[in-house]
Amino acid sequence: MPGLIQKIGDWFEQRLKIAPFVRTTMEHPVPTKSASWFYVFGSAALTVFIIQIFTGIMLALIYVPSAGEAWNSLQYLNHGVMLGWFLRAVHGWGSNFMVAIVLIHMVQVAMFGAYKFPRELTWIIGVFLLLMTLGMAFTGQVMRFDQDAYWGLGIGASICGRVPFIGAWVVHLLLGGPIIAGDTLSRFFAFHVFVIPGLLIAFVSVHLLMVLKLGINEWPMPGRLVRRATYVKEYEELAHKDGMPFVPGAVWKDMIFAAFIIFSVMACAAYFGPFGPSGQPDPTIVQTIPKPDFFFQWLYALLAFLPPAMETPALLIGPVVIIGFLVLMPFFAGEGEKSWKRRPIAVVTILLTAVTLGTLTHLAGYTPWSPIMNAWSGDPVPVQYLNGRTPLERQGSAVFQEKQCRNCHAIGGTGGERGPALDDVAVRKTNAQLVRQVVQGGGNMPAYGKNLNPAEVDALVSFLDTLHPPNQPAARDAARQISSETEHFATGTSTGEKK
Amino acid sequence: MSDSEVSRRQFFVKLGVVLNGLAAVVLATPVVGYLLAPMIRGKSGDYHKWISLGELDEFPEGQTRLAKYKNPISNPWDGETDNIPCWVRRVQGEQFQVFAINCAHLGCPVRWFPQSGLFMCPCHGGVYYQDGGRASGPPERGLFEYKYKVEGGHLMIEAGQLPTLSTTASLREGSKGCQG
Repeated sequence: MPGLIQKIGDWFEQRLKIAPFVRTTMEHPVPTKSASWFYVFGSAALTVFIIQIFTGIMLALIYVPSAGEAWNSLQYLNHGVMLGWFLRAVHGWGSNFMVAIVLIHMVQVAMFGAYKFPRELTWIIGVFLLLMTLGMAFTGQVMRFDQDAYWGLGIGASICGRVPFIGAWVVHLLLGGPIIAGDTLSRFFAFHVFVIPGLLIAFVSVHLLMVLKLGINEWPMPGRLVRRATYVKEYEELAHKDGMPFVPGAVWKDMIFAAFIIFSVMACAAYFGPFGPSGQPDPTIVQTIPKPDFFFQWLYALLAFLPPAMETPALLIGPVVIIGFLVLMPFFAGEGEKSWKRRPIAVVTILLTAVTLGTLTHLAGYTPWSPIMNAWSGDPVPVQYLNGRTPLERQGSAVFQEKQCRNCHAIGGTGGERGPALDDVAVRKTNAQLVRQVVQGGGNMPAYGKNLNPAEVDALVSFLDTLHPPNQPAARDAARQISSETEHFATGTSTGEKK
Repeated sequence: MSDSEVSRRQFFVKLGVVLNGLAAVVLATPVVGYLLAPMIRGKSGDYHKWISLGELDEFPEGQTRLAKYKNPISNPWDGETDNIPCWVRRVQGEQFQVFAINCAHLGCPVRWFPQSGLFMCPCHGGVYYQDGGRASGPPERGLFEYKYKVEGGHLMIEAGQLPTLSTTASLREGSKGCQG
């Protein structure tokens, strides 16, 4: 029997002539210190990519890439096909894992100086692999053809519409027509299933081939500088003197981590289930709060904070600057120190980027910039703000709710966060200032002058005037107080408090 | 002997390159045309049509109501995506304002709040007054408006494409309604 297998193997080898390549691949020397747990993320990204290809093909067996049927076919996958929900969940979680692992891989490579000579091109291809991974994540969100996908496309089109001069053409090219419809989904399907995966496979192959040809990055040692003239020789020496063959020296860590990642994706899929789809992609259902998937939420948050005048330049120039910086990085920092211990600017840049993205993502979790659409009808005025109040003040609290002030202003800890919370607004503004703010707006608040009659303004402001801590009086206009006191002194008549 | 033979082979190689280059250009022309079709069609003004939003008395004076129409540029496989909403404000008589649902910031669906007379966007907090003017938040301008006319007791709008900062709700130039 073993003889037969040997014979079959020989038959194939005689024709394929692949054994020498496999042998050199398996035996290529890896510096001992590089056979580290820090070096497993590249292979983990590849592992998840393979899962994505596999589960993607499985989903394509059922999924209907038609705007009219996609949503229904997803429901069928979730509920009608045995374990369809699980394959959707693995594909969805695999997508999140893939973006996360690619980002971790990139940070590790940047921290270990692996992008330096002679691995510049490996890094540049890696930058494009990141962009394609994000492209897969975005087009994948469109495949889940639900409300979020529909309005996400609207956001994409609106960003394209900001391109000067040719904006309209870009919008029409993106959507495949005048508006988000059947042609839009079909072209995103082509990108998600043919174009980007094809490019990914080609780029990953080159990326991997270069790792084999150039050798894996050595463990950076502070003080061991990269010089173009001597690096290749030094690396060869290191890899051969203090190295070991990739199989089995380093590969076992890759394998164990890959298995761990596959199990993690499956565990998340089984526990949390598939993503959506949310409501039908029917734009007439306007009671919706669209939100992008996790890895685009930082951008969603950023778009709420950019000043209007800066938004278009930031959206159009920002990506060029960021991608340009990443691509050019190995050219202005292609030599010298590799160790993160002696590259404080690199470390600070990465940390700052991580903190920024993390903070923006966190903010997108509760969108403080958005009015809460049902706060006015859903959150009652706290009882302590109504006890012992005059009828006018209580009427004012009704105006406060009725006019949707609550959608942007919290009181008693509930309500929108677009504007400031009003629990102690009377301390900050005098009666006259409150009237002015309500009627004329300002500071990013709409003017309510046209939508409140004088009686309503009066009631509302008298309610707002009661909103101060028990032991801290409401703000008063000092000038008015003095003038009323002087008047009182001069005429001897009582003018009373303000108003 | 070899000199002339090599140069003849080289000639045929060059001929092969030229022929294939020519074939590539000839093949690429229809492919590029096919790819750019949505753009060219849009440029030729094919993305708009007048359609009816309903009879006038469906829209009471002084009120703003959600109206729905079937997008005039559509295919049978568009499914629910060709149901398009818009906000119709009947100012008085035959004077209307028809607003696109899409926020002028990034296209999310704005909601009308009659009590406070405001449109609010759920995405990034864009707010507009009842006449579509920008009230607060990140939008640079007011809501997009459709061109409208009243014909035979029907409110007609010119519709068809998604409004963004460079594509208007109504395509024809000179639509007064497009100013915020």
